[in-house]
Amino acid sequence: MADLIRLTAAELAAEIAAGSVSSVEVTEAHLARVEAVDEKVHAFLHVDREGALAQARAVDERRAAGERLGPLAGVPLALKDIFTTEGVPTTVGSKILQGWIPPYDATVTRRLKEAGVVILGKTNMDEFAMGSSTENSAFGPTGNPWDLTRVPGGSGGGSAASLASFQAPLAIGTDTGGSIRQPAAVTGTVGVKPTYGGVSRYGMVAFSSSLDQGGPCARTVLDAALLHEVIAGHDPLDSTSIDAPVPDVVEAARNGSVAGLRIGVVREFRGEGYQAGVLQRFDESVALLRELGAEVVEVSCPSFDLALAAYYLIAPSECSSNLARFDAMRYGLRIGDDGTRSAEEVTSLTREAGFGPEVKRRVMLGTYALSSGYYDAYYGSAQKVRTLVARDFERAFADVHVLVSPTTPTTAFPIGERADDPMAMYRADLCTIPVNLAGNAAMSLPCGLAPEDGLPVGLQIIAPAMADDRLYRVGAAVEAAFQARWGHPIIEEVPAL
Amino acid sequence: MTVTELVSYEDALASYDPVMGLEVHVELGTKTKMFCGCATTLGADPNAQTCPTCLGLPGALPVVNAVGVESAIRIGLALNCEIAEWCRFARKNYFYPDMPKNFQTSQYDEPIAFNGYLDVQLADGEIFRVGIERAHMEEDTGKSTHVGGATGRIHGASHSLLDYNRAGIPLIEIVTRPIEGAGARAPEVARAYVAELRELIRALGVSEARMEMGQLRCDVNLSLRPHGREAFGTRSETKNVNSLRSVERAVRFEVQRHAAVLDAGGTIVQETRHFHEENGTTTSGRVKEEAEDYRYFPEPDLVPVAPSREWVEELRAGLPELPLARRNRLREEWGISAHEMQSVLNAGAVELIVATVEAGAEPAAARKWWMGELARRANEQGVELAALPITPARVARVTALVAEGALNDKLARQAIEGVLAGEGDPDAVVEKRGLRIVSDEGALGKAVDEAIEANAAVADKVRAGKVAAAGALVGAVMKATRGQADAARARQLILERLGVAE
Repeated sequence: MADLIRLTAAELAAEIAAGSVSSVEVTEAHLARVEAVDEKVHAFLHVDREGALAQARAVDERRAAGERLGPLAGVPLALKDIFTTEGVPTTVGSKILQGWIPPYDATVTRRLKEAGVVILGKTNMDEFAMGSSTENSAFGPTGNPWDLTRVPGGSGGGSAASLASFQAPLAIGTDTGGSIRQPAAVTGTVGVKPTYGGVSRYGMVAFSSSLDQGGPCARTVLDAALLHEVIAGHDPLDSTSIDAPVPDVVEAARNGSVAGLRIGVVREFRGEGYQAGVLQRFDESVALLRELGAEVVEVSCPSFDLALAAYYLIAPSECSSNLARFDAMRYGLRIGDDGTRSAEEVTSLTREAGFGPEVKRRVMLGTYALSSGYYDAYYGSAQKVRTLVARDFERAFADVHVLVSPTTPTTAFPIGERADDPMAMYRADLCTIPVNLAGNAAMSLPCGLAPEDGLPVGLQIIAPAMADDRLYRVGAAVEAAFQARWGHPIIEEVPAL
Repeated sequence: MTVTELVSYEDALASYDPVMGLEVHVELGTKTKMFCGCATTLGADPNAQTCPTCLGLPGALPVVNAVGVESAIRIGLALNCEIAEWCRFARKNYFYPDMPKNFQTSQYDEPIAFNGYLDVQLADGEIFRVGIERAHMEEDTGKSTHVGGATGRIHGASHSLLDYNRAGIPLIEIVTRPIEGAGARAPEVARAYVAELRELIRALGVSEARMEMGQLRCDVNLSLRPHGREAFGTRSETKNVNSLRSVERAVRFEVQRHAAVLDAGGTIVQETRHFHEENGTTTSGRVKEEAEDYRYFPEPDLVPVAPSREWVEELRAGLPELPLARRNRLREEWGISAHEMQSVLNAGAVELIVATVEAGAEPAAARKWWMGELARRANEQGVELAALPITPARVARVTALVAEGALNDKLARQAIEGVLAGEGDPDAVVEKRGLRIVSDEGALGKAVDEAIEANAAVADKVRAGKVAAAGALVGAVMKATRGQADAARARQLILERLGVAE
C-alpha cells in the first residue's frame, strides 16, 4: 500500500472500510509522522496518542462487528485547540487557560467522535484566534511546511500546517476574519468557511460571536466536503445555528463543474499591497474558469474598502466581552492568590499575566469602542458598514452565482516580519473579512505557486449564505483542471521535512 | 456628609415633593434556568445545579427559555404594556465574581414590554395609577458568601464562597416611570404598588413572589424637589428593600433624610444606599461618581425575540382576572368596605377567605375567623397566615358547626386551637375534647334548676320582674357546663321556670 500519510481522507476511509488497512494502522502512521516532524513544524499543542488509538480501535471493532461505518470513520484529524474536548486540555493558544481540562465536548468534537473520526490532538493557533500568522500563540509559532522560516498563516496555522506536512489528512479550523482560508492559501491546502450558523459554535471558545465559524480543512476539495458534512447541521445548543438541511456539499464535490455559471470578479480585491505573483495566479484562475465554460464578469463592491475597519471594531468589541469570563475565579490560570489580595486584584494580575499583547490590544480596543459616548461612533458605525457589505454581496449575488478573488494579498511572509506592525498583519485578511461580516460561505483552494517565491497562492470562491454547495462544485472543477495541468496535486511539491 | 438630625416627616412634606422610582426584580418560577436546562429548585447543594452555560465555561452558549419569554409577555400584558414585535437581549458588562461570564445577559433599549401602568388601591379606596416604563428579561447572578468577617459583608472577610445555583435563573425587571403626585402618601403608594405587583405576579402563576425568599426584590429610588419645581432633584437608590413594610419605611426615611440634607444647604449625593431592617434607616453604599459604564451591546449569541401578534393576543386572552378587579368583585360579594378589603389584602387573607367560602362558609364568618382568631395566632407565631396548619376547608367546617348551633364562638375557638395543635379535623377535635354545646334538655334543665336553687336571691329578683338579673343565672349555667351550654336556650328555660316573660 502507498504511504498511508500521503493518501487523502476519502482514500483512507475506503481502505479502512474495505478492511485493507485498520484505523489503528492509519492512526499509528500519522502519530509516527507527528513524532518525526512536529518538532520542526510545531503544528500540535497537544497530541492525544492514547485517546486517538482508543478511538481507532473502537472503529476497527465496529467494522469487525459488521457495523456500517460513516464515510470518514477511522480517519485521523487535527483539531484546532479552540474546540473543547472532554478530558483533553484546551488552551485556545493562551496561558490564561493553563491547567483547564474541559468537562464537556464541543458539538463539533462530539460529531467527529460519533462519525468515528480519530482526533490526533489539538493544533496551534494565534491566541484566542486573534492573528494571521500563529505567532500570537502563547506556546510559540508554527512553521510553514513550504518554508519553515515563514508563517503558516493564522489563526489556524497549526491545522493548516498539519495538513501540508502530512501529519493529518483532515483538520478543523475556525474562521472569524479568514483564519481557515488564509492559512489554507499560504500552505497550499483547502479550507472552507461555511455559512454563518452552518456549523455549531457550541464548545468553540468564542472570539467574536457574530463572526466566528468553524469549518473543514483538508488537502482536497472532496475531503473538505466529506468533513463539512460530518460537522455541519442544526444544533439546538447554539441559538444561531441554522435549522435547515445542510446543502449537499459531497454531491457537489463529486460533480465539479462551472459550465453555465456566472462568476464575478470583485474589482476592489486588487491593487496596492497585492503581490504580483498572487495576481498572476489569480488571473490565470479566472482564465481557467472561462475555459471551463463559466461566464466571468467584473462586479464592484465599494463598501468592501471599509470592511477591514468595521471588522476591527466589531470583533474587538465582542471579544472584550467574551473574554471577560477569564477572571481566575472558576478555571485556568490564577495569579496572586496568596490570601492577601482581593478577588479584583487576583483577576487583574491573572489577566495581566495570562493574556498576550494582541489579545490585550483587542480587549482594550473593544472596551473603548463600546463605552458610552463612543458606542455610536465606533460600534454603531461599524454595524452600519456591516449592513452595507451585506448589501453589496446581495447585489452581486443577484447577478452572479459565485464571486472569486485572491484569498490573501501575498504569499506566506517570514516569521517576525509583521509581528510589530499590526496594520500590516491585519491586511492579510483584506479579502476574507467581508465574507465574515456578511455571513456568507467561502473556500480557499490552491491555484499555483507564486513565480517570485515559489510559495502557494490561494483562490477564494465566495457563495451566498446557504449555498455552500456552490463552493464545492466550482472548487472541484478548478482543482481537477489545475491538477490536469500540473500533472499532480500542488501539495506534492511541498519540500521534504 | 453626616446628617445628625432628620427632619420630621411632616416638615419634610411641607417643603418638598417626593418623586419615586421603583425597580422590582421578580424571579420567575420556571422549572429551568433562562439560558440553560439546569433546575431552579431552592435548597440544593452549592453548585449542584450548574452546567457549562451557567458557569460561563469557555465555549458554552445560551439558549432562551421559551417559558421565560412567555412569562415576561404575560407580566407585560397584565401591566397594560405594549409588547415588542422584535427585541434583542443585550450584554451588560461588569466584573463580579458571582457573575460567571462577567456580563449579565439582559435587555437594554429593546425591552420585551414597555409603556404600561398598574392601578393600585390605597387604604381609603383611592386608586393611584403607577406608570410602568418597561419590563425586561434578564438572568440572576450567583451568590457570594463572605467568610471570616464579622458582618457577613466582604469587608474583613478572609475569603468568599461562590454558589452558582442561582446564576441564570430568569428575572423580570419591572421599572416604573417617575412616580409623582403621591405627596405625603408616597410611602403608602410605594408599599401598595409592590403589594399589588406581588398579587399580580402570583395571580399570573409565574412566580410565588415571596419577598422573604428573594423571589421579589425592590430597589427604591427617591428624590425631593421643592414644591412647585418641575425638575427632579438628585436621587438616592436604596437597594434590596425586601418586605412591604421595609418599602414603606425606606421611602419615609429617605424623605426625611433628603429633607435634612437639603434644609441644611447640602446636596444629595447620587449613590447606592443599604436599608437596615432593624432600625429602618439607610446608609451609604458605593458612591456613583460617574454613571457606571456597562458597555451594553446586543447579545450576539442569541437570536432576536419576535413574538407573533397572534401569540400575544392568545396570551392576553388567557390572562386571569387581575387582582384589583377581583378584589373589587369580592368586596361587593362580601359586602365590605374598601378599607376592610385592604386589611384583608395586607393580612394575606384574600385567597384563604375565597377558599373558605368555596368550602361552604358564609363570607362574613370566613372573614371573621381568618382576620380575627387566626390572624392573631399567626401574628403571635410570627408566620404568614397561609402558613398556619389549618386548611380553609377546616375553617369552613368550624363555621358550619357554629351555624348549626353545635358550637358557640368560645367552643369554636377551642376547636380551632385543637386543629392547629394537630388533633385532627374540627369534628374529631369536638369529639375528643367534648366541646359540643349542651343542648340536651334534660342536662340543661338540671343545670338550670341547680342554678336557681343556688342563687335564690337572684331568682327572686327575676320573679319580681327584674328580668335583666337573669343574666347572672345564665352565667351560672354556663359556668356549670364549662361554657358548653346553649346560652340562649338556658335563658329561655330560666325565664320559663321563674314564670316571667321577656
